[in-house]
Amino acid sequence: MLARLKPRAAFGLFLLFVALFMVALMALGIGPVMISPGQVLAILLEPLGIGLPWQFDAGQAAVVMQIRAPRIVMAILVGAALAVSGAAMQGLFRNPLADPALIGVSAGGALGAVSVIVLGAGVFSFFDPLVSGGAVPLAAFTGSLIATLVVKRLATAEGRTDVATLLLAGIAIQAIAMAGTGLLTFLADDEQLRTLTFWTMGSLGGATWQSLVFAAPLMLLAIVAIPFTARALNAMLLGEAEAGHLGFDTERLKLILILMVAGAVGAAVAVSGIIGFVGLVVPHLLRLTLGPDHHALLPGSALLGATLLLLADLLARTVVVPAELPIGIITALVGGPFFIWLLTSRRRGMGL
Amino acid sequence: MLKLMHSTLVVAFVLMMLLFGVRSVDAVDESSQRLVVVGGALTEIVFQLGAGDRIVGVDTTSQWPAAASALPKVGYQRSLAAEGVLSLRPDLVLLTEAAGPPAVLQQIRAAGVTVESIETEDSIEGLVEKVQRVAMLIGREVEGESLVARLREDMQSLHGQLAGIEQGPRVAFLLSAGRGNTLASGRDTSADAAVVLAGGVNALSAYSGYKPLNAEAMIAAAPDVLLTTERTLQQIGGKEKLMRLPGVAQTPAGRAGRIEAMDGLFLLGFGPRTPAALRELASRLHTIDIASTNGRLGE
Repeated sequence: MLARLKPRAAFGLFLLFVALFMVALMALGIGPVMISPGQVLAILLEPLGIGLPWQFDAGQAAVVMQIRAPRIVMAILVGAALAVSGAAMQGLFRNPLADPALIGVSAGGALGAVSVIVLGAGVFSFFDPLVSGGAVPLAAFTGSLIATLVVKRLATAEGRTDVATLLLAGIAIQAIAMAGTGLLTFLADDEQLRTLTFWTMGSLGGATWQSLVFAAPLMLLAIVAIPFTARALNAMLLGEAEAGHLGFDTERLKLILILMVAGAVGAAVAVSGIIGFVGLVVPHLLRLTLGPDHHALLPGSALLGATLLLLADLLARTVVVPAELPIGIITALVGGPFFIWLLTSRRRGMGL
Repeated sequence: MLKLMHSTLVVAFVLMMLLFGVRSVDAVDESSQRLVVVGGALTEIVFQLGAGDRIVGVDTTSQWPAAASALPKVGYQRSLAAEGVLSLRPDLVLLTEAAGPPAVLQQIRAAGVTVESIETEDSIEGLVEKVQRVAMLIGREVEGESLVARLREDMQSLHGQLAGIEQGPRVAFLLSAGRGNTLASGRDTSADAAVVLAGGVNALSAYSGYKPLNAEAMIAAAPDVLLTTERTLQQIGGKEKLMRLPGVAQTPAGRAGRIEAMDGLFLLGFGPRTPAALRELASRLHTIDIASTNGRLGE
């Protein structure tokens, strides 16, 4: 896969990887609890039996190992999953405005989560002892999957999935799910209202190793597997019929991508709530610098998405210490104006 | 044989855990204890017990006394941040049952900080229980008992004064009004509990919780008094504006101009100032004279 890359793109990916690594290290060292870089290193190496001269106490070790580390892994996975899914959706729909939300994943997830917040855990309460507060993520994930499968089913006739119908069905299911969420919002009491509002603004604050065990595999699967569809997505740029003539099984491609995106974004929504703009903006940013070739675009989106979400989370947990901002506010606040700039500067560049 | 050994080990382990668990709760080092308190009423209790100087952080609902609002804020109680709380280096985190999210509380515990959730109902007995638990956890049992005694005494004298009232006025509590929805309190709300304890009748007992109230439902409820928070009244722009909301003019309260506003936390918090708040509310609800006999608690 990497052999097909042009040198410029390969170098770009290398730079993105280095940036992600540096930002992850930085995020591990910065937070409301003061821990020096030396202490962080000592805490990280201690389980390997390597003793370093920097002294630290058990509380600091717990902050690094139990709070920051799972949170950083979660930010990387969620950011990468959202961005790579966004890139895949934009390729599949051949539409620059596409993002994972378009096939109903986010709206379905929101409906699932809000149902549990307002109506109580119900059937999902079985999972509560498994992961503390596990009912909300599980319901969110279930909601995401159901919504996406309904959208896919609606757009499929005689074994063929029509992309345009997929988009419209997605919009319709989104509207229905939003109506359901609205109804539950109406039923909610004051405290539930606050909880569900915070949930829809996203947060990585609940990341634990335990929650990662459940969410990581699905996100990893998409992050690793979606880049392998690069050739087929490149062909899709010419049009679906053309891709078919070139020998690609477009029906299989659509099925695989929709399932992967539903699983990964469903898992991301489940553990972190709704985080907008990452899936939309990151692929555009890369197309500007690395070009439209999906061989570079897909892995690049994963790397850049992870890096940007790590930075956003770093801001979220440090700007209003000792409280925390919902991360969705930051991604939208930074992503929105940036997207406008992108649109206007590109229009000028194209002489429009 | 092996099975027996195994189960013995398990029992021994559980006993050890219990022993250490109990010990760690008992061992309260008063002078150096650092507290993070989440919940307005809990913060008030800690201050009333004379341990306000030990608090290093509070949530956004802790707005009284003035010293509390000057403390670092750990955010809204349902969206706490683990590292933010830990950065204040607390020994004990006191929370209401509403605090969360659960994963964050788990993370705070994992860092070796004791987290105690205090769940009580909105009643005087619930308040007493709350005071006793807080007093026990911060090692101020003596102060706790005298505070409980004062609270009970206050409530008893209020009860005595309210004894002569046969039929209290119908009260509708409006949590918010004006822009958008008018949210009013049904059953199972702290406002309902406060109104009943002050000798009134909740005019909106048909539903549970805070719900939007439209003009017709407002007229049908026929409240004698409209009760709201000072903040809500300020937001809507005063009593005259509230009177002009659809439906209000057609209620007995609207015709008589009986609109009362009190501080939200004072009225609904179910903290140490609650007897004073109930006395204040009662004096506004009833035409008989309810003298402010006990000024030791409250504002």
